[in-house]
Amino acid sequence: MNQKLETYIAADNIISPLGFTTAENFEQLKKMQTGVQYFEQSELSPEPVFAAVIDSNKINSEFKKFPVKEEFTRLEKLVILSINNVLKQNPKIDITGKKTLIVLSTTKGNIDLLDTSIAQKFDKKRAYLWEAASAISRYFDNPNKPVVVSNACISGALAIIVGKRMLETEQYENVIVVGADILTHFVVSGFQSFKAVSSQIAKPYDASRDGISLGEACGTIVLTNNLSNLNQDSKIIVKAGASSNDANHISGPSRTGDGLFIAIEKTLTEANVNASEIDFISGHGTATLFNDEMESLAITDAHLENVPMNSLKSYFGHTLGAAGIIESIVGLQSMRENTLIGTYNFKELGVSKPINIIKQTTQQQINNCLKTAAGFSGCNVAVLFQKQ
Amino acid sequence: MSDQNYITSFCSIKSSKVCINSHIDYSESSQVSSIDFLKSAYKHYQLAYPKFYKMDSLCKLALITSDLLLKTNKITENYNKEEIAIVIANSVSSLETDVEYQTTIDKNNYFPSPTVFVYTLPNILLGEIAIRNGIKGENTFFVFDKFDAGFMSSYINSLLNNSRAKCCITGWVDFYENKVESFLYTVEKQPGIMNIEHTSEQLTKLYTNQ
Repeated sequence: MNQKLETYIAADNIISPLGFTTAENFEQLKKMQTGVQYFEQSELSPEPVFAAVIDSNKINSEFKKFPVKEEFTRLEKLVILSINNVLKQNPKIDITGKKTLIVLSTTKGNIDLLDTSIAQKFDKKRAYLWEAASAISRYFDNPNKPVVVSNACISGALAIIVGKRMLETEQYENVIVVGADILTHFVVSGFQSFKAVSSQIAKPYDASRDGISLGEACGTIVLTNNLSNLNQDSKIIVKAGASSNDANHISGPSRTGDGLFIAIEKTLTEANVNASEIDFISGHGTATLFNDEMESLAITDAHLENVPMNSLKSYFGHTLGAAGIIESIVGLQSMRENTLIGTYNFKELGVSKPINIIKQTTQQQINNCLKTAAGFSGCNVAVLFQKQ
Repeated sequence: MSDQNYITSFCSIKSSKVCINSHIDYSESSQVSSIDFLKSAYKHYQLAYPKFYKMDSLCKLALITSDLLLKTNKITENYNKEEIAIVIANSVSSLETDVEYQTTIDKNNYFPSPTVFVYTLPNILLGEIAIRNGIKGENTFFVFDKFDAGFMSSYINSLLNNSRAKCCITGWVDFYENKVESFLYTVEKQPGIMNIEHTSEQLTKLYTNQ
């Protein structure tokens, strides 16, 4: 294995209620505009709910700009739009080549197809995650079998690590890591049954937080090990990453934060970077009581409690398989612009350890950005992005 | 350190048959339903883990297979819990439970339950194995149309060769309609008694013979 090959970021895109490009999203975030809205009545829930929903008319009108030979689902349309955007940004990435692999991060894929109360245009086979991934790779004429990562709420950040590791095997030159999940009655009712959905817009790490806001989004990061595939001077690499399990409970995080701590420690060790060199943490911050508390313990144990940290869940909602990817992309944009995004709706710290939550958008030099996430089944992940 | 890794034990459940390291260890008539077979296998092996009954079928299958696999070796004693990775794939994700959960959110019959909803994620089975054995290492769940020996061998070898794990519990667990099968195996740096190299070819051979 050639350890000298670095994993560079070659292009990225975010599609969310805040915009259809990384730049559009980042502009809104800098102004601290949230994409989470109140829905008195919707197909999502029998009761009123706060959620971040992408306008279907906008998806369809954008999608019409591209010629298609077959029908695609809402989720697949988002993925195709997002990948088309990164290919436009960086034409050096040959998606039809053997050296380009597609990795799809999703928890529920085309889960909307299971709802038999609405007429379905698609065969039920399309609810298989690999079938959705195949439809996407077929659209782009990608010759390789797509890889699907489905690992609950850490899927996105984990898929970036999987992409980096696949580049290290030298079978590929580019990996297109795309994460997507759509908001459905299925997902909303499930989190409501857990009493995990907030009665307001989520308030990450805040003393009055009472649960998550859900959202839908799609994000794409193109990874390459070939420097000549970059079309910008600023270089950011995926330096290291690790996952773990806290082996405690399938639907609740560890009370001690030991699992997330393990993922962070392994990542810093692999990167050969000290805690004191981390400039910024893009946290998970779902705004549930237990998750945010657990994060504060793990971050403190890793001696990162003074590092500026935010959560974007109050802007995008929790977007499940997309979360780790779109939040990482915002981190990349923060590195490029040396601008930290404040945590919307955060006012007063409500976790037991004094972690450093960013309140307002601020300017700061960022060389090392750590992204963390945790999810159902007790899984945790950390990824380190570094400026070259 | 050598880049070579080895398959040191394996276990499969398919067609009402439990195979451990290639020999049929327990079987029943193929008439019995998959879920009944799992329950009788659980009793036969006296696994004594009451949480088993709370799990969905996919996790039950994964738990029994991993329990029997780990009984054949000393992995959980020989390695630090953070050094053991669990990387499993399937083709159906959690569709069995997804379909069940969908029936609970019908407008006329609305009773969503968190105990069902939590199993609408395939990686919950990684958590169940981790909790059962206290394993805290790398955790990844993949979905492919069919068992992909090329990808799995390549990804797991890269974990071990880059010191991201010292051993790995890995393989395939499917449970939906007529697709019910598991094939789990352990990968280590040492050849062990079996001396089977962890290559795409060897893995394909083993999987096909189950």
